Amino acid sequence: MTVALSGQEIADKLDKQFPGSIVESSQDSLVVNSEFLLRVATFLKDTPELDFSYLTAITAVDYYDYFEVVYRLTSMEHNHRLVVKTRCCERVNPTLPSVVSLWRGADFQEREIYDLMGISFDGHPNLKRLFLWQGFKGHPLRRDYW
Amino acid sequence: MAIKTEPFVLNLGPVHPSTHGVFRMRTTLDGEVVVDMEPVFGYLHRGIEKLAEERTYTGVIPLTDRLDYLASMSNTLAYVLAVEKLAGITVPERAEYLRVIMAELQRIASHLIAVGAFLNDCGAFMTPILYMIREREKILDLFDMVCGQRLTYNYMRVGGVSHDIPDEFLPALDKFVNRMPGFIDEYDQLLKKNEILLVRAKGVGILPKEMAINISAGGPVLRGSGVKWDIRKADPYSVYDRFEFDIPTGTVGDCYDRYRVRIEEMRQSVRIIKQAMEQLPSGAVKSEVPHLIRPPVGEAYAHIEAPKGELGFYLVSDNSIAPYRCAIRAPSLINLTALCDMVKGWKVADAIATFGSIDICMGEVDR
Repeated sequence: MTVALSGQEIADKLDKQFPGSIVESSQDSLVVNSEFLLRVATFLKDTPELDFSYLTAITAVDYYDYFEVVYRLTSMEHNHRLVVKTRCCERVNPTLPSVVSLWRGADFQEREIYDLMGISFDGHPNLKRLFLWQGFKGHPLRRDYW
Repeated sequence: MAIKTEPFVLNLGPVHPSTHGVFRMRTTLDGEVVVDMEPVFGYLHRGIEKLAEERTYTGVIPLTDRLDYLASMSNTLAYVLAVEKLAGITVPERAEYLRVIMAELQRIASHLIAVGAFLNDCGAFMTPILYMIREREKILDLFDMVCGQRLTYNYMRVGGVSHDIPDEFLPALDKFVNRMPGFIDEYDQLLKKNEILLVRAKGVGILPKEMAINISAGGPVLRGSGVKWDIRKADPYSVYDRFEFDIPTGTVGDCYDRYRVRIEEMRQSVRIIKQAMEQLPSGAVKSEVPHLIRPPVGEAYAHIEAPKGELGFYLVSDNSIAPYRCAIRAPSLINLTALCDMVKGWKVADAIATFGSIDICMGEVDR
């Protein structure tokens, strides 16, 4: 059984390593300040006892007040997983750092989020719409898109 | 003296027999050698994630059928698992076993098409796939028996399955599982050491182990590269922890390894079905579930080992009758991430074979 690591415990560890990086944490997940996202992700990937070398999925959710991007990390070595989230309050031109440099599996998924949710990823090598055509107006997965 | 050539762009697809759907590979070629390749998606985008936000939780099930239309049972299974997790619904034991039987039959059906289409791409035109389709037809007949559908079943329901199996199902299934290993052996005997297949697939389109993990590959693509990772073992869902089966893996991660993994997985699926038939308990096949499900505020993620890789559904509930967000982790899309690296430097024909060996379904890629 894949063990779901406690978000709180990892958050405490991260807060010691990078003070101010954690916005909130619960048993299931932790929310990272987007400025620290890349540093936290690198730490989670490279620390041997965590070893999150496999990025299962990235998704974005629109909560009107903010966008939440959810990173689902898995370690095949230790068979455990963790859910890391980050938020973006900007609605006009939301931007988050890209994690493609760490996990290439993020490539198409970040493009998909950019396409359908309208979040730009800083540092993405080829950020353009994935499904819809260039010149399409709006981002359909936003809750206010009709 | 070498002839001077210059690169030119060739569009493979969107409508091309080798692209298995409406998929475009924008290839830059130098002579016959692939210099660069960019996949272009979106020709089959129907906005299923957005449509799901306007439907009731049960109303989304038929939509999920239309994701990977070669493995509808698996799609619906992943979705109903997520809803059950979100709403805290329990499933009767008999339904769990029926789900496993259907999901494994579906895996065999999907792999039959995958292997057949791959051999088609390798140049064994139409003969192998015809035999594969003949066997797949028997699985579709079984599905027809339980739910009256051949492709989009709508069989898995929140809290169980839609119908109990009819009396004639188990004898027919028994006949099928007894026949299937012999068929795989016969088929394998013809192709395992076939020189043409070896030349076309061995050492072609290599996906190294580290890259397979880094691009979040899943299913036979990941296992073909030598990673022993299967959600059914790593994080068992339903009643998979009660069955004995092995995880076949490849060694180098070439087209041939992916092909072998699929063949072996079919054998393992037959093994699982046999055990499930023996253990199949009696009882109800669906628990009492309200017509309109209103899960508490929260979120749930459920994943399964679909024929093409890890298929996951992430549901967010705002305590209304429709999902607030229904995000899908589509294995077919993510498995294509390294396609460019795998085909670069190879000839066009090898690129087609490599693409075929990844086994994608556009319904799931574009959603």
